[in-house]
Amino acid sequence: MSQIQPVFFYFFAGVAIAFSLLVIFKKNPVSSAFSLVMVFFAFAGIYALLQAHLVATLQILVYTGAIMVLFVFVLMLLNIKNTPIDWKGTSLIRIGTTVGVSAMLAVFFIVSFKKANFVPASGLFSPERVDEMGGNTQVLAELMFSEYILPFELTSVLLLGAIVGTVAIAMRKNKRGES
Amino acid sequence: MMDDFWWITTGLKVLFVLIVLLQVTPIMVWVERRGSALIQNRLGPNRVGPLGLIQSLADALKFIFKEDRVPGHAYKFYYFLAPLISLIPAFMTFAVVPFASSIMIDGREVVFQAAEMNVGLLYIFAIASLGVYGIIMAGWASNNKYALFGSLRSTAQMISYELSMGLSIVGILMVFSSVELGEIARGQGEILFQLGPFAIQKWGVFIQPVGFFIFLTSVFAETNRLPFDLPEGESEIVAGYHLEYGSMKMALFFMAEYVNMFTGAAVVSTLFFGGWQMLPGMPLILDSLGFTGMTHEWTRVLFEHLSFGMKVAFFMWLFVWVRWTLPRFRYDQLMDIGWKFMLPLSLVNIFVTGMMIYWGVL
Amino acid sequence: MQIQRKTDLIQKFYLREILTGLFITLKNLFFGKKVTIQYPEQRRQYSNRFRGLHYIKAVNGVENCTACMLCPTVCPANCIHIEAGERDDKEKYPVRFEIDILRCCFCGMCEEACPKDAIKLSNIGEMTQAQRVVYDKQMLMEQRGSKL
Repeated sequence: MSQIQPVFFYFFAGVAIAFSLLVIFKKNPVSSAFSLVMVFFAFAGIYALLQAHLVATLQILVYTGAIMVLFVFVLMLLNIKNTPIDWKGTSLIRIGTTVGVSAMLAVFFIVSFKKANFVPASGLFSPERVDEMGGNTQVLAELMFSEYILPFELTSVLLLGAIVGTVAIAMRKNKRGES
Repeated sequence: MMDDFWWITTGLKVLFVLIVLLQVTPIMVWVERRGSALIQNRLGPNRVGPLGLIQSLADALKFIFKEDRVPGHAYKFYYFLAPLISLIPAFMTFAVVPFASSIMIDGREVVFQAAEMNVGLLYIFAIASLGVYGIIMAGWASNNKYALFGSLRSTAQMISYELSMGLSIVGILMVFSSVELGEIARGQGEILFQLGPFAIQKWGVFIQPVGFFIFLTSVFAETNRLPFDLPEGESEIVAGYHLEYGSMKMALFFMAEYVNMFTGAAVVSTLFFGGWQMLPGMPLILDSLGFTGMTHEWTRVLFEHLSFGMKVAFFMWLFVWVRWTLPRFRYDQLMDIGWKFMLPLSLVNIFVTGMMIYWGVL
Repeated sequence: MQIQRKTDLIQKFYLREILTGLFITLKNLFFGKKVTIQYPEQRRQYSNRFRGLHYIKAVNGVENCTACMLCPTVCPANCIHIEAGERDDKEKYPVRFEIDILRCCFCGMCEEACPKDAIKLSNIGEMTQAQRVVYDKQMLMEQRGSKL
């Protein structure tokens, strides 16, 4: 299994990078959104390769299955026109600076990561140990409902607050519109 | 783990699932047409082949040879991609559904399940939620207002019902404390209580009746079947998202719908009707056959396949049956049922199940 | 308009109503009398007054028609074309008698106008052809679907 893994990793990584670029460069916003879906897919593939099946599934379930659907939904309703990029206002110096700085940053990161002699820290939960304990889902569920019960519940309260806030804002706007 | 044996068995399982899924559409089209006809006091297609069974083949042939028309105002790339996007998730979902228990071959256990995944049910939900992209894409790429309306409706409907669908099975997951479908099916073999000579098995429908009804309704909504086929309401939005589609591309949407139905039926029977657990009476027949050793094992597996097939077939028939019985819901009624009735009910169901587990009733 | 219907709690829950409906459809599936007429083998019994394909009545192989031109005159669709001729015994007869069946509207006026009871409309309703056909005299003389 370990022999075929790099191939898949590079495949998914390549797909992720290619489609991320498409997200930016596609002129049509809906096409960009569909490209973003593919990026999430590639991420899910990488998570699955790391033996984190649950995270991979949740990635698809939450991001591609729910959030991006709403995104596409909104984009379709807004009916944004394809706006060609106006190159006239941007000077050549500005473009050159941007490209140069990004290239330098890339080189800096690559060099620093190579120099850092990075040893991956293996925590408490290696894939083998997780398998022993009954698989991803069980381990995560048990942790979530024992050790991390307070943060978990607090997060849900936070989300509930966000929902109530959204509804409140929407309702107030509606009332103002009517009067 | 990944040696020749693994590759061969897995390959065979995947092949089996794929072949079965490919057969679903032609057979179901026939069942749908004959069933609807008989319900409406007609006879239906009965000329091509015995009982009209070859009719679907003729239909497929027609679809293939039809002109592949592309409307000039469509976004070509997405227009062609959309049917595939809706078909692929439909085929992917069935991977984790077990269709029989395990058998020992050469001292190694072979599980009758294309992929034994730890995340099981979550995988089904994740992949099933992707099916909506095909519909969105179709509606948007067709560049037609009715198609867009259809896809918007469908999206709203699927997202709304995904919630109550997910929540309705939490009760089952709590009782069997697993999300792996094979484990849930195995857990349903336990005997709930003995009623004289009849042993009532711990099928999901007996311990989670409310969850079962919510899940079944949600499956109807998720597969866009009547009474929830708002996305293609002919009288309101012509034909919804596949308005601009013809020939084989239309047939692909059709296939996706039927394969989704099949997966839905399989999941319902796995979660609530014991999956591959043998139907009442079947164990007695198996015992009376008096086989021993491998023959006995293989007969057992065959019986389990049969039981599972019969359960799934019943639910497939239920889809058809309900379709030709009920009229379409109004859109606000659909949303009301989803949000105001089924969602609170499934939450209450979770709470009650939790209480019962806490008190040790379940 | 909102119509107020009296519904009790069970009806609002839909479930019982759905089950009743399912039972009714199942009853129809098994015991409902099927109304399909299996067309080429079974045919619907048409009324005797049905106006179908034309034919020219003939007695001993000789048509009744005397080419009086009443039917082409009365025909609203202008689809009957007759060329009159004279037989050896000085009797007038149609040399050519053609009906452009695609123009015909099957009003039956020709039948009413005919003084010799020669042109009649039969019971045959199927007249599909692979190509455009003008019904000539020979074809019309075949006594297909004769009412008498």
